[in-house]
Amino acid sequence: MMGRGLLAIEDLEREDIELILETAFHMKEVGRREVKKVPTLRGRTIINLFFESSTRTRTSFEIAGKRLSADVVNFSPSASSLTKRESILDTAKTLDAMDPDAVVIRHNVAGVPKQIADQLAAPVINAGDGAHEHPTQALLDLMTVVEEKGRIDGLTVTIIGDIAHSRVARSNIQAFTKMGAEVRVVGPPTMMPAQVETLGVKAFRSLREAIDGADVVMALRIQLERLAGALFPSVREYSATFGLDRAKLRFAKDDAIVMHPGPVNRGVELSHDLADRRPSVVLDQVRNGVALRMAVLYLLAGQKRAEAQA
Amino acid sequence: MTQRVWIRGGRVLDPASGRDGPADVLIEAGRIVEVAERLESVADAEEVDAHGLWVVPGFVDLHAHLREPGQEYKEDIASGGRAAAAGGFTTVCCMANTDPVNDDPSVTDYILDRARKDSPVRVLPVAAATRGLAGEVMTEMSALVAAGAVAFSDDGKTIMDSGMQRRVLEYSRLVERPVIVHAEDRTLVGDGVVNEGAVSTRLGLPGNPAIAEVVHVARDLLLAELTGAHLHVAHVSTAGAVAHVREARARGVHVTAEVSPHHLTLTDEATLGYDPNTKMAPPLRSKEDVAACIEGLADGTLDAIATDHAPHAVHEKEVEFTAAPPGVLGFETAFAVVLELVRRGQLSPLQLIAALSRNPARVLGLAMGRLERGAAGDVVLLDPARRWVYDPTQGFSKSRNSPWAGRELEGRVLATWVSGRLVYQQDRGVLTP
Repeated sequence: MMGRGLLAIEDLEREDIELILETAFHMKEVGRREVKKVPTLRGRTIINLFFESSTRTRTSFEIAGKRLSADVVNFSPSASSLTKRESILDTAKTLDAMDPDAVVIRHNVAGVPKQIADQLAAPVINAGDGAHEHPTQALLDLMTVVEEKGRIDGLTVTIIGDIAHSRVARSNIQAFTKMGAEVRVVGPPTMMPAQVETLGVKAFRSLREAIDGADVVMALRIQLERLAGALFPSVREYSATFGLDRAKLRFAKDDAIVMHPGPVNRGVELSHDLADRRPSVVLDQVRNGVALRMAVLYLLAGQKRAEAQA
Repeated sequence: MTQRVWIRGGRVLDPASGRDGPADVLIEAGRIVEVAERLESVADAEEVDAHGLWVVPGFVDLHAHLREPGQEYKEDIASGGRAAAAGGFTTVCCMANTDPVNDDPSVTDYILDRARKDSPVRVLPVAAATRGLAGEVMTEMSALVAAGAVAFSDDGKTIMDSGMQRRVLEYSRLVERPVIVHAEDRTLVGDGVVNEGAVSTRLGLPGNPAIAEVVHVARDLLLAELTGAHLHVAHVSTAGAVAHVREARARGVHVTAEVSPHHLTLTDEATLGYDPNTKMAPPLRSKEDVAACIEGLADGTLDAIATDHAPHAVHEKEVEFTAAPPGVLGFETAFAVVLELVRRGQLSPLQLIAALSRNPARVLGLAMGRLERGAAGDVVLLDPARRWVYDPTQGFSKSRNSPWAGRELEGRVLATWVSGRLVYQQDRGVLTP
């Protein structure tokens, strides 16, 4: 799988995921050292190509690359190709000519990283494409759950919120089901994608039923500006129905953990006190993000060029 | 010049008369003068050996975009006409979404003038139903028909205002021409770009639900019933729309319908690689929808196969899936693509040829699509067994946006005659003008 990059969890085998996680735990040790840097990717170039702004993910990739001693270049074209009259192919060819060892791509339209990867010799890492996938987020979530629970197999994971528009949901559904967990989704019916059960999940309407007996409860970020009034009546109604607080969390297992990909709309998806205190592991997710992205960059950008092109 | 063409020994398929068997066809002075099991000898005729081949009426395409005037970088009447000839089409209806829009007799005149000079095949303009395709003011239908318009359509700029659509249908009775609808309720389509279902969910692309088409077809059938107008439903893509058309026709509504080669043979799964050349409007649908369209074609609910030939330049298609314009090339691949339905036993050869020639002509009240004495010499020679690899860069269209690029196809157009004149021969290319 990994030869051509990391575009989607859907493309990965269980063994690929296990290798990435194992590597990530090694990388986490580097982050605990006083000098948080290893020479592994010295002389390698990584381009962070972010068509959609994302300070968190871009910073996480940038720190990951720098801890591995790679040269990291941030490139954030603001306009879409529609307004710039530059095709995806042009962008890809331009980048290819700069001879990078890996390209990290974020775009607000599903499929763009794949379209670019089809034209590039260097491996492409998808840092989030529209409502499609965000594979490194799902992998860091797996890593966090493994740390907490020691396993994924046999766990029950409930994902709450806007499943239809969430790349985090799609990647996590793929990741957790591949690793043997049962995945449940719940949210307003207007935010459920068509035929969601074809992804291998159980869909619920009631939050209480959905988190009943869950080991992991993951709340998704709601795009308040865009969706309030369109897909749900009001923020008040959303947070009353699907917002998580300690009272609702009682239906989950006693040792259930709470996750969120961030940034949290406090008081909407998570109550204020759940946002940064146990059983919430939100900051562990962020911490693991750097290690996980180090692992992915190491496995992809660390290859010899000939292998990457094969 | 009274040139004679003697097409000998082919399998003649004439949907008008029901003939399906070996026969000779003699064309003289632009018309078919004889179709008989065996002609003994014909003096001064160019002989064409058609043994093992099909001899059929020239295809009639109810739905194409020739892009002229205004978007000649995608296609023009000359290049589109050549591509049509290479696909066996002898008559092509061109949609009104040009620049300027074909909403005025001067534009209709221009198109017909270009066609006379540049196109090897007949071009029949479809005029806009409303000025500027804006859905607000009706076009001058009488003047447009006088100029040569054969039907009216705002095509992709679907008339959402039900009151306006009622007026258009009502007024069309004055000129007795069909109103062609691209049936998609835009409020239900939203920002959808692929069929809503398991595939859109996997891709994370906004879904365009089948119900957007079904709701609109149902509305327009009711309005057609109310007004008595002739409604023609373009590129039907859903099981629901097929069912509504079938039911409405049974109760006497004057409705005809077409289906495209891609909606008959491809499902939304073709979109899984995010190739913008699989983006159409309406989108590729589910297996069940494709099966219903084939069934509708077989039982006559859907009258015609129409290509919706929609050329777009490479730079327009090589963008984000959501930003790419919808539409694919259709002329040069149509026959080979739909012949698959015959190989699978879902349509008889005669039914397939009827859907490509006689039936679309009948939708427009035209005499074409017949292979009998006195008919126009519009004839196509087909090899149903010929395998070839379609390469749009070697084709006659100016554009390349095809989901069949690089695919091996079975069934090839070998020659096309328009009014007895050989306009295309597979090994020599387009010969005229």
